[in-house]
Amino acid sequence: MTLTAIIFAGILTYFTRMTMIALISRDMLGDKIKAVLEYVPSAVFPAIIFPGIFINDFGTFIEMNDPKIFGALVAVIVGYFSKNIIATISAGLVSYWFLIFVVFN
Amino acid sequence: MLTKKQLFTRGMLDISPHMLSVIPFGIICGAIGVELGFHPYLVYAMSFIIFGGASQIVFLQLLSGGASSLVAVASVGIINSRHLLYGAVLSEYLEKLSFIKKLLISYVVVDQGFAESNKFFKKNRNEEFLHYHLIGTGCTMWVCWQIATLSGIVLGSFVPEELGLKFAIPLTFIAIVVQDLKKLDHVIVMITCGLSSLLFFDAPFKSYIIISPIIALFVAALLLRLKK
Repeated sequence: MTLTAIIFAGILTYFTRMTMIALISRDMLGDKIKAVLEYVPSAVFPAIIFPGIFINDFGTFIEMNDPKIFGALVAVIVGYFSKNIIATISAGLVSYWFLIFVVFN
Repeated sequence: MLTKKQLFTRGMLDISPHMLSVIPFGIICGAIGVELGFHPYLVYAMSFIIFGGASQIVFLQLLSGGASSLVAVASVGIINSRHLLYGAVLSEYLEKLSFIKKLLISYVVVDQGFAESNKFFKKNRNEEFLHYHLIGTGCTMWVCWQIATLSGIVLGSFVPEELGLKFAIPLTFIAIVVQDLKKLDHVIVMITCGLSSLLFFDAPFKSYIIISPIIALFVAALLLRLKK
């Protein structure tokens, strides 16, 4: 039963990946649409970033002094100047850990 | 001209820093599945059949919370519908491929792979075997995801929960978009998307994940019109 559901979910997911790549040809997208598509990373990823920071595991908003906000800010600053992915992630995590284990402990 | 092998390797190298967040997240995903009471084989089958990070956790949480299979499947479809946007962007670079190759390559299109390959494609439009970069990012992600979720399933959550490693996921995506903060139009689009995602967070089937990009793309279209 669960396996059937997993297979359906998998087929559906595969279609989301395949449809635009295999079934749509370039001519079907006009220049205007292509110009808008340039913004896809900026238009999609904040929908993963913001809830990941501002909403906790129980689906409610965090407090304004939550360590995650500080960690995210540090990651933004380090990422902006270092242009380095590992430095960005580590800086965010380490500053978050510093707050939860050292400061708020 | 870079060879297929060079492009593949470049793809692997470009995505590997993201494994710092993907691997702990995969372990957590595997461990959660078993903790929620699902058979280990089923939890692993998801990594192979669905192969979609957060959607796998949501699927199991919904089912274990008593939701119908239909609701769980629909939620996975909606969460993963963002791939339609990635596909639309990538189609421009993959159009020369045969239909079969397009069908095969589609299986390994993931968030971080799309992001890194798209950055590479923009700078190297004229390479003949560009798609090998996407295969490189996608396969690296696939292998790491399978190993990470499997270890979570077999070993349990050996990553201490207190570390809050789920927080590495937003951080990995910050690393992807942070350089675009230099451009005001991109900043506006990002803030629109981010605020919409918080506003619509409680929308049914986790649909905030596709509603907010659509709103943000409308704003992008408006900005393009203003620019002219």
